[in-house]
Amino acid sequence: MSNRHQNEGVEAHLVLADGTVFEGEAMGAAVEVATGEVVFNTVLSGYQEVITDPSYAGQVIAFTYPHIGNYGISDADYESARPFCRGVIVRELARRPSNWRSTVDLGTWLATHGVPGITGIDTRRLTRHIRDAGAMPCAFGTADEATLRAAALAERGTDGVDLVAGVTTPVRYTVGDGPLRVVAYDFGIKTSILRQLGEIATVDVVPASTPAQELLLQPVDGVFLSNGPGDPAAVTYAIATIGSLLGQVPIFGICLGHQLLAAALGGQTYKLPFGHHGGNHPVMRLRDRAVEITSQNHNYAVTQGSVDAADVTHVNLNDGVVEGLRCREIPAFSVQYHPEAGPGPHDARYLFEEFRELMRSPSKGSRAQAH
Amino acid sequence: MPKRTDISSILLIGSGPIVIGQASEFDYSGTQACRVLRAEGYRVILVNSNPATIMTDPEFADRTYVEPLDVDVVAAIIERERPDALLPTLGGQTALNLAIALSERGVLDRFGVELIGASIEAIHTAENRERFKAAMTEIGLAVPNSGFAYKLDEAVKVGDDVGYPVIIRPSFIMGGGGTGIAADAEELYRLAEIGLAASPISEILIEKSIAGWKEYELEVMRDHADNCVVVCSIENLDPMGVHTGDSITVAPAQTLSDVEYQRMRNAAFACIRRIGVDTGGSNIQFAVDPATGEMVVIEMNPRVSRSSALASKATGFPIAKIAARLAVGYTLDEIPNDITRMTPASFEPTIDYVVTKVPRWAFEKFPGTSGVLGTRMQSVGEAMAIGRTFPESLQKGLRSLEHGRWGLNCDPGEAALDGFDDDELVRQAAIATPDRPFQLEGALRRGISVERLHQATGVDPWFLDQIAMITAERARLAELGFAAMARRDWRRAKRLGFADAQLGWLWGVHEDEVRAARLAAGVKATFKTVDTCGAEFDANTPYHYSTYEDEDEARGGQRRTVVILGSGPNRIGQGIEFDYCCVHASFALRDAGFDTVMVNCNPETVSTDYDTSDRLYFEPLTYEDVMNVLEVEKEHLVGVIVSLGGQTPLKLAGRIPAELVLGTPPAAIDEAEDRERWNALCHRLGLPQPEGGTAAELDAALNITSRIGYPALVRPSYVLGGRAMEIVYDDAGLARAMAELARFGSADGAIAGSLGREGGLSAERPVLIDRFLEDATEVDVDALRDATGEVLIGAVMEHVEEAGVHSGDSACVIPPPTLSAAVLATIEGHTKAIAEALGVVGLLNVQYAVQAQNVYVIEANPRASRTVPFVAKATGVPLAKVAARIMVGATLAELRAEGVLKPPAPGAHVSVKEAVLPFNRFPDVDTLLGPEMRSTGEVMGIDATFGLAFAKSQTAAGDRLPERGTVFLSLADRDKPGGLVAARRFVELGFRLAATDGTAAYLEANGVPVAEVVGKLGAGARSAVDLIAAGEIDLIVNTPRGRGPRADGSYIRLAANVQGVPCLTTAAAALAAAGGIADWARHGLSVRSLQEFHEEGQQRLDL
Repeated sequence: MSNRHQNEGVEAHLVLADGTVFEGEAMGAAVEVATGEVVFNTVLSGYQEVITDPSYAGQVIAFTYPHIGNYGISDADYESARPFCRGVIVRELARRPSNWRSTVDLGTWLATHGVPGITGIDTRRLTRHIRDAGAMPCAFGTADEATLRAAALAERGTDGVDLVAGVTTPVRYTVGDGPLRVVAYDFGIKTSILRQLGEIATVDVVPASTPAQELLLQPVDGVFLSNGPGDPAAVTYAIATIGSLLGQVPIFGICLGHQLLAAALGGQTYKLPFGHHGGNHPVMRLRDRAVEITSQNHNYAVTQGSVDAADVTHVNLNDGVVEGLRCREIPAFSVQYHPEAGPGPHDARYLFEEFRELMRSPSKGSRAQAH
Repeated sequence: MPKRTDISSILLIGSGPIVIGQASEFDYSGTQACRVLRAEGYRVILVNSNPATIMTDPEFADRTYVEPLDVDVVAAIIERERPDALLPTLGGQTALNLAIALSERGVLDRFGVELIGASIEAIHTAENRERFKAAMTEIGLAVPNSGFAYKLDEAVKVGDDVGYPVIIRPSFIMGGGGTGIAADAEELYRLAEIGLAASPISEILIEKSIAGWKEYELEVMRDHADNCVVVCSIENLDPMGVHTGDSITVAPAQTLSDVEYQRMRNAAFACIRRIGVDTGGSNIQFAVDPATGEMVVIEMNPRVSRSSALASKATGFPIAKIAARLAVGYTLDEIPNDITRMTPASFEPTIDYVVTKVPRWAFEKFPGTSGVLGTRMQSVGEAMAIGRTFPESLQKGLRSLEHGRWGLNCDPGEAALDGFDDDELVRQAAIATPDRPFQLEGALRRGISVERLHQATGVDPWFLDQIAMITAERARLAELGFAAMARRDWRRAKRLGFADAQLGWLWGVHEDEVRAARLAAGVKATFKTVDTCGAEFDANTPYHYSTYEDEDEARGGQRRTVVILGSGPNRIGQGIEFDYCCVHASFALRDAGFDTVMVNCNPETVSTDYDTSDRLYFEPLTYEDVMNVLEVEKEHLVGVIVSLGGQTPLKLAGRIPAELVLGTPPAAIDEAEDRERWNALCHRLGLPQPEGGTAAELDAALNITSRIGYPALVRPSYVLGGRAMEIVYDDAGLARAMAELARFGSADGAIAGSLGREGGLSAERPVLIDRFLEDATEVDVDALRDATGEVLIGAVMEHVEEAGVHSGDSACVIPPPTLSAAVLATIEGHTKAIAEALGVVGLLNVQYAVQAQNVYVIEANPRASRTVPFVAKATGVPLAKVAARIMVGATLAELRAEGVLKPPAPGAHVSVKEAVLPFNRFPDVDTLLGPEMRSTGEVMGIDATFGLAFAKSQTAAGDRLPERGTVFLSLADRDKPGGLVAARRFVELGFRLAATDGTAAYLEANGVPVAEVVGKLGAGARSAVDLIAAGEIDLIVNTPRGRGPRADGSYIRLAANVQGVPCLTTAAAALAAAGGIADWARHGLSVRSLQEFHEEGQQRLDL
């Protein structure tokens, strides 16, 4: 095989901040020490989309499904131009991918993009540990255990850190050719979202720090608040911007965008013990009690009852987490999960259609849609 | 919406006898449904003709009808019970077809029975190919292009439209006759001619061939609020062209990107919505072109299926249970996930392991079959294995099959590949057979590339590369050597699924030494949990599998624990009856305060439901895997039950520490199996046996027959289901039989391939040769003995067919209709003496042959027999439950006092068990019964007289006896006196007789008129085959001529098989049939539930 595997099979370790040690072998980019906050994701397919999702900035992704890399990497399935995660943990990296869409194998691709990884890990033990002890910093690599332990302890995690600044686009750009005009705040936006928005609108993607006044200079049908990494409370400038947009223009937020909208409406956010990362979360749409199987990726959530101005529209059936909000008086709504999928089920794609309806008739929007 | 309160009673239809394509999985689904519906407060009425099922246990339904699954019978049950609703989606195709028939006959309307779970419209749309195609096209899904043709020129036109290559499938043809693949118009012309001739309605389906495409299945559930979830995705290792029941299948799908998977998921939901399955589970099959990703829908089943049982076991999501709840009005979000308890069932399971299902075939039972796999399912059972990776689960799956293989090669069986050069090996692998996985590994080991094998076989390169990892590791291990193995090496090897036995073979070291060295290096099996959620939530259900990781999640219990070893994959001779026994043991011991632990690897069964026992270990039944479980459970372990799961666990009895074996000690089991010691025991007790002896070679065999005379029964020791048993009539026949056994016994056995040599001849396993008792009546006894020495006779069963037909293939009757009180007393006395002498603690089965009032002992088995569930249904005595309690120390007296044991209830009823044979799957095989067991399942008829019960048993077995018409007789000389009595009765009943000239002459000479004398095949006058083919014969009695080569009647039996005309091959069965027809004509049909039969029996006892 290719030269990427200079470190393949080299003994490596994963050490969590609480001192728990796992043994495995190095894969991907060769490093002695890599660090980040370790989270687990339960998808059975879609590792490429997960790894290239900017929301994983600052995190090390552990996949619960053992065989990762089976169908390689496809040019069509990137969620961003490059991976922002700090590393990948798997039980079994595929040596040889097989799929007609594949252009390169995962190991080579990770190495090319400088993402380190570790394979052969008892990922189920790791998952159970995180489930019970919570998401925590980790270090892994070919360095000795003591070095890794020290590195894990030194890693600060994601609380209070503005990770958005590191993933947002530096310049404004436009995608799609739909009839409406949408400005999308890029807090770490996924390609799947742009693809969905692009079907209904011409989308101007703007840096996270873009002031509200700047967008409202031009006629805009709606503002979209994207997904993104980390703690919403740390992205104070975005919360302020959204606050000044409320009521001015229809707003739709996803994931971090949902949390930021809630914060702008005066709501509270909190960190979940180990977050929701997967493609099988049942969410109930309260207006008709329909169940959607959803794609999820977040560690923070909106505190139940903290947003007076909005109704809760969706809840997670596993743990009751607020999954959707809709403002009563102004045209704005948001969901915690990922209706664009990428990866995951397409059950909630209708929400983009609802955004379109809201933009077409913002005045009657909210109330009509809420019930 | 909560459950419906407008219905209070529900009729559930089971799937009937175990046949190829419809096995224990429907006992699993039906049992779940019964439990759930009763727990919801509904009155459950169950009908199923299969007495070996757990669902037909009287405790599982309010009313249990063990009656034929026939539209008249079920209509009578409906009339009697007036259920509010009928749930037809949990009993396989049988139940679905019955529901359609009941609806079409107006029975459901007449009695106001609502069909729940699926509508007639939905069933038709899914089942009718044209309607299905139209429906799929309507929602934008592709199906393989196809068209029907009725004439040759039409065929070519359809072929040109569809595009070559095409598959030609004649309609209404059993056995796949006339099916073929045509690459061009010329070939199509040729095949269409054959196909049109083969189809009775001259109709062929011409379908675009997508052989070589990748095959997938999705298991989908939908509730009445239109919530849909995918429970499991499955990818087949074998590409399209092999029936999915005959494919090695893997869950979850391995080589689909999320984009492709979501497209398939959307298509599956569109399909279930369009077909209109309002509530419940469906299985939807897809094919994907590996080169372009093009996807087509192959078919959908609007009901739970074999795949749903697999998906339930693979994910921990109980599809049948949920389907039953959905059918009575719940939505998915209202049903809790059993395993997490905190989360709802409205989610999609995610798993963190790989599941591999491997089919189990029985080609060795059907000489003349090719062993080539195709679009018609031929396997009789399956094993499932769970591992953290595909290589691990594949190797575990292969060693679960108990086909004499220890994993993916690296065992003595791999020698079968030695004789072939590389090209030949690739050519063989290109043809789908049970040997394919071994050939693939063998080819990779020789350095043949993944690309070449992919080209030749269509097996995905990912799977091939995973197999190549096993191959590479084997090379590394061989080079490293046993002595140099360090902890990391052991871990690597075990993580790829290598068994200790394989490693021992590789290094020439005993398995025990391998195990000891590995454990010393600190590498031991760890158990993980099947939890539906990839460990995201805490699991409450201890459903475990072994693997080699850091963390072990299994915890032994806090109470006294009994481990029950299950029976492994279904096969001929060892099927659902043993699962019944194991499950009953588990229930009885749980009730008595024990923790029960089940070890089994058969995904179809109730025993592998995580609800059945306190802990479930889904593991191969090998020494290594079982010892791993015992290690975890050792703290409170009382012992291991090895005698309820058939031969599989019994084989382990000798290796498990003897003090752990519960019930009859292993030494006693050996005493009954070891011919010399057994003979000595019989001699000591003064029990007459047919004369015989044991021989390891022909000379010794000839010595025996010169002493005892012919005919003689030749059989290998230690085998199941009469494997390779034969009756020989002369020296030549004996020589042939010995040569045949020697071939099975040889190590290379090229022809036997990997089909196993379990019955092989060797010095350690000599052949048994006994005098064959002609015209003897065979009798089976199931008895129980407790540690105090009390013996309970469960039942004495008289076989309808004479001795010489394997007991598993013979019909049998409780109570025995022809045995005298003196004979019965002798049999009971012998049984007690044997039980005492062997020191049986638990179950004992003894077989006797009664010849002219003389009782001969044939054999005794101190373990559960195939008839235990039948006896329980016939008499109301739960033999398996009682046996389990006895094995842990209870006495019969205590159990009587406790109410667990009621005395056998000799009601006014007669019960007949009839075997069901798979000949329609093997059209080239003679249907004649013999000493080798070939039935896959059984049915039971229960009624007031022997005749009625026999007639019911025939109807239940699918051979409904005619009420009028023509009976064709062709009798061997020895059967003529018996046949004459039957013929006379047929005439009295108004039947017309046809007979071959010899038989006709005999009948007429004895005053029985024969309306038509038929000629020999090809001899001018209309032959029997012509008459059968013309549909002019309603019942056939064809007994083998002489007892020689037995081929004479095979054309007649073949024609009967193809035309579906009932065919009886013994005079005894003909007489029973005549009696049945007479009683049926006199009494008509009546139905009664088991509960009523048993209650009445108990009342008679009180009198």
